[in-house]
Amino acid sequence: MMTRRFVLATALAGLTAVLSAQQAPDRTHPPQPGPPPALTLPTIQKRQLSNGLPVWMVEMHKVPVVQVNLLVFSGTADDPAGKFGVASLTTAMLEEGAGARSALEIADAVDFLGADLGAGTGIDASAVRLHVPVARLAGALPIMADVALRPTFPKDELERLRRERLTNLLQARDDPPTIAALAFSRILYGPAHRYGTAMLGTGAAIAAFTPDDLRAFYAATFRPANTALLVVGDVAPDHVMPLLESSFGSWTAQTGAAAHATLPAAPEPARREIYLVDKPDAAQSQVRIGWIGVPRSTPDYFPIQVMNTILGGSFSSRLNMNLREKHGYAYGAGSGFDMRASAGPFAASAGVQTDKTAESLKEFFNELNGILQPIPPDELARAKNYVALRFPGGFETTGDISRKLEDALVYHLPDTYFSQYVQSIQAVTAADVQRVAQKYIQPGRFVVLVVGDRKKIEPGIRALNLGAIKIVTIDEVFGPAPSIPQ
Amino acid sequence: MAAPKIEVKYTQFTLPNGLRVILHEDHSVPMVSVNMWYHVGSARERTGRTGFAHLFEHLMFMGSGHVQPGQFDEWLETAGGDNNGSTENDRTNYWINVPSNSLELALFLESDRMGYLLDTMTPKTVDAQRDVVKNERRQSYENRPYGQADITLGELLYPEGHPYHWPVIGYMPDLTAASYDDVVTFFKTYYAPGNASLVVAGDIETETARTLVERWFGDVKPGAPVEPMTMPGVALAGVQKKTVTDKVQLPRLSLAWLTPSHLAPADAALDIVADMLAGGKNSRLYKRLVYDMQIAQSVSAGQNSQALSSYFLIEATPRPGHTVEELQKVIDEEITRLQNDAPSQHEMERSFNQVEASFYNRMERVGGFGGKADQLNAYYTQTGDPDWFNEDLGRYRPLSATDVQAAAAQYLPLGRRVELVVMPEGSK
Repeated sequence: MMTRRFVLATALAGLTAVLSAQQAPDRTHPPQPGPPPALTLPTIQKRQLSNGLPVWMVEMHKVPVVQVNLLVFSGTADDPAGKFGVASLTTAMLEEGAGARSALEIADAVDFLGADLGAGTGIDASAVRLHVPVARLAGALPIMADVALRPTFPKDELERLRRERLTNLLQARDDPPTIAALAFSRILYGPAHRYGTAMLGTGAAIAAFTPDDLRAFYAATFRPANTALLVVGDVAPDHVMPLLESSFGSWTAQTGAAAHATLPAAPEPARREIYLVDKPDAAQSQVRIGWIGVPRSTPDYFPIQVMNTILGGSFSSRLNMNLREKHGYAYGAGSGFDMRASAGPFAASAGVQTDKTAESLKEFFNELNGILQPIPPDELARAKNYVALRFPGGFETTGDISRKLEDALVYHLPDTYFSQYVQSIQAVTAADVQRVAQKYIQPGRFVVLVVGDRKKIEPGIRALNLGAIKIVTIDEVFGPAPSIPQ
Repeated sequence: MAAPKIEVKYTQFTLPNGLRVILHEDHSVPMVSVNMWYHVGSARERTGRTGFAHLFEHLMFMGSGHVQPGQFDEWLETAGGDNNGSTENDRTNYWINVPSNSLELALFLESDRMGYLLDTMTPKTVDAQRDVVKNERRQSYENRPYGQADITLGELLYPEGHPYHWPVIGYMPDLTAASYDDVVTFFKTYYAPGNASLVVAGDIETETARTLVERWFGDVKPGAPVEPMTMPGVALAGVQKKTVTDKVQLPRLSLAWLTPSHLAPADAALDIVADMLAGGKNSRLYKRLVYDMQIAQSVSAGQNSQALSSYFLIEATPRPGHTVEELQKVIDEEITRLQNDAPSQHEMERSFNQVEASFYNRMERVGGFGGKADQLNAYYTQTGDPDWFNEDLGRYRPLSATDVQAAAAQYLPLGRRVELVVMPEGSK
C-alpha cells in the first residue's frame, strides 16, 4: 500500500540536488521527504557449537566493541508456586561466586577488563550479558562462562542478597509508580498467578530460599537445549567461533528439555471497578486503567501497534495531547500493551495532579471511548509512518540489535519478521485498527487504579460513578512489610 | 590493550549570522540527528524567575512562525522522527532524529523556531506549558522519594545569589510568576544564532548538508552578543548540616563538596576518586558498607562536573536497623585513608580501563541525548574543539596514584562540606 506521503516523495525526488544556499527557503510548506533510504538490515549468521548450542551472530564494525549474550529460555514466569522470586534470585547469584572465583574476584576481573557483565531475569527469559572492548573479549569470555555454567551459590552471598532484596521490597513502598504498577497487576491477575506478584518475588519466599532451591532452579533451566548464544559487534565469525567453542562448547551437563511452568488462565474483569491506594499528601495521583491484553504471539500484533500509537504510544497520541497539552493535568500520558508469552496487562497511564484526578479520569475515558470510533486517514497515516519509518534506525548499536535478536528467539518470531516489519505496518488498514480497538479496548470492563491522596481524590472519583470503589492497602499490594534479618 | 585512539571526523563552519555548525558523517543506519545547543541554562535566570530556562525549553516545541501548534510533533512523527530537549545549569539542548530522507524537514523545524518562535507565541501557550512543567516538578521531585532533598542539596552547596543555588526545575511561585514578556526578553537575549551551535550528524553527505543548513538557517537574524558568565569562586567555610524529612522507609545521607569546574585540573582525578570509592563491588565504600559490613543498602559517589563550579557527592542509604551516623563514620574513614595513602596500581589500572571502555561505548549511537552529535556539541561548547574525545580521554591515563590521593586530600576535606540527612517522617 502506498501512502500519500510516499507519492509526494516520489514526485519531489531529486529536488535536493538542485538546491543552492542562496535560494530563500520556502517556509510556507514543510519540506517533503526525499526518496526513502534503502533498508539494509544486518545479516544474522546462524551457527552452532559442538554441543548443539545455537549461535546467532551479527557483524558490526563501526566501534571496536562486542556484545555476547547467553540467553536462557526461562524467566520469572517459570517460578514454581510458592517460590515466586526464585528465577530472579538464581540469576542474580550467578555473579556471586563461580568456578574458582569469589564474588569480589569476579567483579574485579570484569572491571579490570573494562567490561560490563550482568546476569538478569525477565518474565520469559534470563540472560548473562557481556559488553566489552573487542580486544578484551578473549579475557572476558572465560569469566562469563564461569558465571553462566559454573555458579557456586555461596551461602553467605545468598544471605547478603536476601537482605538486599527484602530491603528493595521495603523501599518499593515509597515510590508511587512502583506501587501503581504492582497493584494493577495484582488486581488483574491475583496473588496465585505469577504476573500478579513483583518479579523480585514475595517477601516470604525471599526470606525462605535456600541454596538448594537456587541450585534446583538453575539445574532445571540452565541447559544447552534451553539456551542460545548471541554475538553482536566488531568480530568475524571465524575468529570468534573458536573462542565460543572453548568457553561454551563443552557444556553438556543437564541435557534435555527444561521444565517450564504453565500459567493458569486469568479471566478478564466482568465489569468496571475502581481501586484506590491511599498515599497521604501525594502531589500527584498515579493512574492505571486497563485489563489483561494480549500475548506476544497475537495475530493482531501489527494492528495493535498502530492502534496503540494513536491512543497513547507517541507524543502526538490522543492521551498525551489531551491530558498534557490540552489540559495540563500531567507531565505525560500514554498507553501500552505489555506483551509476554502469556497475555500481559494493557494499561493507559499517567501521573496527574491531585486536584485534577477526577477530571483526568474523565478525559482518560473520553479517549478510551474515542479510539473505538473510525480513525481519520491522516492520523492513521501518521501513526503507521511513525512506527514504520523509524524501524531501520533501531538497529544502530550492539545493544539495540542484541535486544531484537533476543526477542526473535524468545518469541519464535519468523525469519522474515524484521525484513517484513515495515510492510506489515503499512498494510494495517483503518478497519483493522477499529477491529482491534473494539476487541481489546473495552472501557466498560476496565480496572481503574489510582494511587493518591485518598481524602482529596475520593469524593471526586465517587461523583464520576464509574463503578464500585474498593480501597487497597499497601500491605495488600506488597504483602506485610518484610523484616530484614540483621 | 593499547589505549584507544578515537577520532570523530567533522566539518565546521560559521554562518554570517553567527551560528556555528558542525557536520559529521556516519552511515551505519539511515538516520540523521539535528542537535542544537543554546548556551544558556538555569544559571542565567534571575531571582523570582527560577525554572524559566526549562519552561522556555518547553515552549520551543509549541510551534513557530510557519509551524502551527502541534505540527512540530505531527510532522516529525509522520516522517518517522523523534525529538526531545533538556535543560541544565549551563546549557539547553534539542535534538531531532529523522530518517535521512527527512533531514530537510528537521532543519526547517529547527531553524523556524530559532528565527520565528515569537510569531506564534501567546500568553495562552505559556500558561499551557506552565501547567505541564508544574506537573513535571510534582512528578520528578514532590512525588518522588528523596526528591525534595535533591533540591535542598543545591541550596546548601551554593550561597544565595549564586546561579547554582536554585534548582533547574525552579520554585513553584516562580513558575507561576513567569510571564509572556519574560518569554520575549529571554528569546531575544539568549536564543540568537550567535549563542548557539548546531551539529548535523549521521547519514548525510557533507556538502549537501552544508547547503541545506546554509539555506534554512541563513535567514535567521543575528542577535546581540551574549557576555560569557563569570562568577567569583565559591567555597564552603565549614560543615553545612541539615536534616529534612520525607515519606520514605529509610534515611539517606548525602555528603557534598564544592570541587573544580569541568575540565579544570583535578576534575578528572576526582572522577577516578569517585570510581575508587563507589564504582563496583571492590570499590572502597561499596565493599565495606554494602558488601562486608552490610550496614548500607546502597552507596554512590560522583564528580558532577559543571561550567562554573562542580560538586562531589557521596550518597548512602542505611539498611533497616542501621543509622546514617554509622555510615558517615565509615565513609570518613575511607576518605581519610585515600587522603593519606596513594591507591594501588591495580585500582588505578582498573579505573583507567573502565574509563577507556566507556569512550568506546559512547561511539555507538549518533543521535539523542549523549549520542555522538550531542557529544560533538558538548565538546565544542566546552573547549572550542568538537573532536576533543582523545584530549578528554588523555586527561585520565597520565594521572598518577599520588594525583588521585592529592585530589582527595585537597578537595574532600571532612570539615568543609554539606551533610544532608533525610529522615523518614515520624521517626525520631
